[in-house]
Formats: sequence, C-alpha cells, structure tokens
Amino acid sequence: MIKLEKRPMPSRTLSVATPLIAVAITMIAGGLLFSALGKNPFEAIRTIFWDPIFGEFAFYYRPQLLVKGAPLVLIAIGLSLGFKAGIWNIGAEGQYIIGSLCGAAVGLAFYPFDSFVVFPLMILAGALGGWAWAMIPALLKVKFGTNEILVSLMLVYVAEQLLASMSLGLLRNPEGHGFPGSRNFNDYPAGTSWINEAAGLHWGMVFAFIAVIFAYILLNRHILGFNIRLTGEAPRAARFSGVSPTRLILFCLGTSGALAGLAGLFEVSGPGGQVSIDFNVGYGFTAIIVAFLGRLHPVGILLAGLLMALTYIGGEIAQGNLGLPSAAIQVFQGMLLFFLLALDLLTNYRVRFAVKGAA
Amino acid sequence: MDLSAINPVLLIASLMVAATPLLLAAIGELVVEKAGVLNLGVEGMMIVGAISGFAISVESGSPMLGLIAAMIGGALLSLLFAFLTQFALANQVASGLALTLFGLGLSALMGQSYVGIKPPAMATLDIPVISDIPVIGPILFSHDPVLYIGIALCAGVWAFLKFSRGGLVLRAVGESHDAAHALGYNVIRVRILAIMFGGACAGLGGAYISLIRVPQWTEGMTAGIGWIALALVVFASWKPWRVLLGAYLFGGINVLQLNLQAAGIAIPVEYLAMSPYLITILVLVIMSADKSGAPASLGRTFHASQ
Repeated sequence: MIKLEKRPMPSRTLSVATPLIAVAITMIAGGLLFSALGKNPFEAIRTIFWDPIFGEFAFYYRPQLLVKGAPLVLIAIGLSLGFKAGIWNIGAEGQYIIGSLCGAAVGLAFYPFDSFVVFPLMILAGALGGWAWAMIPALLKVKFGTNEILVSLMLVYVAEQLLASMSLGLLRNPEGHGFPGSRNFNDYPAGTSWINEAAGLHWGMVFAFIAVIFAYILLNRHILGFNIRLTGEAPRAARFSGVSPTRLILFCLGTSGALAGLAGLFEVSGPGGQVSIDFNVGYGFTAIIVAFLGRLHPVGILLAGLLMALTYIGGEIAQGNLGLPSAAIQVFQGMLLFFLLALDLLTNYRVRFAVKGAA
Repeated sequence: MDLSAINPVLLIASLMVAATPLLLAAIGELVVEKAGVLNLGVEGMMIVGAISGFAISVESGSPMLGLIAAMIGGALLSLLFAFLTQFALANQVASGLALTLFGLGLSALMGQSYVGIKPPAMATLDIPVISDIPVIGPILFSHDPVLYIGIALCAGVWAFLKFSRGGLVLRAVGESHDAAHALGYNVIRVRILAIMFGGACAGLGGAYISLIRVPQWTEGMTAGIGWIALALVVFASWKPWRVLLGAYLFGGINVLQLNLQAAGIAIPVEYLAMSPYLITILVLVIMSADKSGAPASLGRTFHASQ
C-alpha cells in the first residue's frame, strides 16, 4: 500500500529539485513524442536544448534567448504575485495586447517628432493600458465578487478583436498602401525599444531584471509581500490580522496588468516592430507555465523564463532543420506543466510504502 | 443595411445549432462542479474532442464513429486532470489551465494533416410531412441527432441529480467531501467518474463544432467556447435547465451578431465579434451576487488523512 503523509512544512530541497526533475522527465516524454512523429529523439532534444546555446550558430541565437525571455519573465513576475495570493489573472495575453496598443498609439501620435521624451511616454502609456485592462476584472471582483479567472480570460478575446480593429483602422500606416498594420517602429529611432539591435538588447530586458529584483525585495522584505504570501497560505489568518483583500486584489491584478502591458509595449516597438493583426504569439499564456515552473519565486522565474525561451528558439530551429511541427513545442511546454504539478505531490507529502494490513 | 435579409425562422434554427456545443460542454462541467471539482480544462478537452472526432470520421467515413471517438478523446484527456487533482493532489486551477494549454497544443499537432478537408456530412432528421411544416418544421424537426441528444442529456442530468441515489451521492460529495467520506462513499471514485463524464461531454461538444456546425478543422477553432461554458455554469446557478436556457441565449447572441455582420450593419465587424465575450462578462457580474447555488466543496482538494 502506498500512503501519503502530509509534511508539516513543504520540503525545501524538493521544491528546488522538482522543476529540474520535471524538465528531465519532459525531455524523456518529449523524446518519445518526437520519435512517434518519426524524428530522431536525441537529435531533436539536442537541437532544442543544446544548439541554441552551444551550436554552430549560437552567436545568433544567444541574444534571441533574451529577446524571447524578457516578455515571459516580465509577465510571469506579475502573475506570480497574484498566484501566490490565490488571485488568478490568466488574461495576461489581453493586457499584453492592450499595453502594446496604448504604447504604440502614443508613439505613433508623436511620429516623426524626434525627442528623448517619446519613449518614456510610450512606456507609461503601455503600463497604464495593461493596468487599466487588468483593473476591469479587479474592480468587478472587488465590487461584485465576479470570478476574475473568467473575466480576465474573456477580455483576451475582446483585446484580440480590438487589436484587429486597430491594425486595420485607427493605427494603420497611412503610407502602407492599404496593407494592414501600423508604421514600423524600427524606422522611428525615438520610439524604438532597441538599445542595440545588433547585440539583441532592448529595454524590455532591463525592465525584466528590475522587476525580478523588485519582486524579490517585495516578497522577502516588505509587509505587502508578507501579506500576499499569508493570504495564499492561510486566508483566514490573513483576514484576522487585518489584511484587506480588496487592496490585495487591486494591487496584484494591477501590477500584473501593468507588467504585461510593458511587455507588450517593448515587444511591439522592438522585436515585433509594428501593430499587426497577429503580432501576439501567446506569451501571456506561456508566462503561466513560466510562473509555475519558477516556483512563483522571482529568481526561479528568471531561470524558467530563459528555459522557456530556449524551447521557443530550439523549437524554431527544429522546425527548420528537422521538420518538427510547431505545435509539438506547445505540447512539450504543456507536458512540462503537467509533470511539474504531478511532482508537487512530493514537495507537500511524504510517500510511505506500508505493508498491507499493518497500517 | 438590410435587416429584412435576416429570416427569424432560420435564425432560431441556427441558434439551436450554435447553442449545442455550449450546452454539451456546460452540462458536463455542471456535473463535474456538482461533485466539487472545478475543471478549467473544458476548452482543452473540447478542442481535443473536435480533432479526434474529425480525424476518426474522416478516416472511417462515419460521423457517428467520429462522435464516439470525440467522447473517448475528451474523457481520456480529462483522466490526466483526474490523476493530477485526485491522486497527485495538485491545485485544480493550475491543473485545469495545464489541461487547456496542453490540449490546444495536442490538437494542433494531431490536426496538421486535416486542414482544409471536408468531413463526411451528418444526416439530419428528416421526417416526411412533419419536417416540412412551415416554421415549426425547420425549428423543431429538421436538426442533426446530436442536437436532440444535447437536450436529452440536459433532462437526464437534471433527473439524475434530483431523483437518483447516484445523484444524491454525487451532490453529497460536492457539498461536503469529508461527510461523504465518513459515510463510506468513495469520494475519489465519484469525482473521477464525474470528471470523465465532463470530459466526454466537452469532447462531444467540440466534435459538434468541427463536424456539424462549421464543418472543417482549423487550429484553435473552439475560440473560447469552453470558457464561455464555464461561465454558463455560474450563470445557471448549477441548475441543468438554466444551462439549457443560458446556452440558447448565448447561441442566440452569437447567431444574431453573425447575421448582423452579414447584413452589413454600420457597426464594425470586430466590435460585433467581441459582443459574446462582453455579454458573458456582463452576465457573470449580474449572476455573481448570488453564490448560493455553488457546491460548498467546489475546488477544494480532498485527502482522507485530513
């Protein structure tokens, strides 16, 4: 008989080790999947995890790692605050889109005005846009007790329609010969998020690092961070000690919305280049996996974001070299979350093998 | 704009078709939630059902086999969720999200070679004379069999929950799993069966979209219907007949906005297309004041040691 015994405290060693074990198991299961698709599993795994960092063309892929990792880390840091407190914002994709639209709109309004104030204003608008979009589920939850999971997710679909409408209408490039999509920010030096495009550096990475540091300080050294953790682990105790759930909901959803909005702005004005119908690629959803894989811990999220970026880049290489379908990477990322959640059992419970009848 | 192009009889008939996938997924989720489990993976199970049903019916040429395969596909995927939440005691919200993310990827992978193919057509009910009666005929007697199955399922779930012993046990497990456990009921088994039923219903709903409503396969074709089904269960206060009502309401809104798009109304297409989601939010706000219908153990993890 296998028996589960709840640990008085979650095991610290295992809570660090389980993401690594989950990654290892996912590689094995992924290898099986790839061989089922008729690819050489060893070659596929090597292409995804090894080639982007150490392969022949690594000099090109390494900067890409930061380009793809930055939005994931930025969004996941925001999500992790809410997830810790049991506030589930799963509409980061929508906040990302609205942030990019607001920031881009400000930038395009200034075009072709060349000044150093343009980009900071765009950043502000992007953060405010994401914040405002996240305030919708937050206020509805606070005022009416509406489920924030469903509302934030519904707003993703609304945001996607807005994006389509904007790139076909209001924000369309007047010199674009009628093609959908806005002006390209890479041709507008005052409004681009690139610091050095050749080296693959943009402001999103700077903000991602700042967000990691701030989140770390907030969670470990600040009363607000303590209240967030307390609410997640013992909601009743938090209420008795005077933590206001309203303030916490507004703070967690607002912060994650603003960070997602920032991620959207940096993407649209740099690597993405322009507002177009399908410029969003699901970072808002992948960031959920990143947040869990990083154990909702800022440093963990930083590492998890880089790993997830690696699977994106490696997946693209495998698509080109081995003909691996792009959806296979999505399945791979989904499996990772499955194994991680399953292995969490070991962190919170002790597995005992008892002789049948004796217990 | 030409509103006279919208035929009210056809509108109601197509409303019923649009509502059926929602109805199927929501009625399954209602049973799952009545057992005290919150499965946010409806969207994932639906889309996997959509592609399994599509693939099998294309390969076998039989839409009926496809529907059965869709139910099996949805139920198999839901078993993953059942394992995570009932044996590995994982958080239900996170596991449900994982199921949706995984399902979306898996369906895209499975569906690669099925893009642009037409599935075999499902025969519609065609009773001579009755199906030809004006107005009533096209609305009530000329649909595909799955639509009627959906309504029958709704009635069946209502009767099961209200009148049967099994339904009583299921509700007891959902209201207080500790009390049900103390009475000797197998909480885990009841919940796993409920989760699988929910998965099969969601799979069938998904296949209804890919085989009957659209009918073709495109990536991500469920487009949030699984999530609207989750909202519908809240809207219905966990009551089967209200799920039917809600599904027809949402189906109606969706069909109406599509008709308005076709009629060339002055509102841009994008704003019409976002209306079902906005109305879902509105309905959630109105209904969330009353939480009395929610099962008391909803979303809580059960472990016999505690």
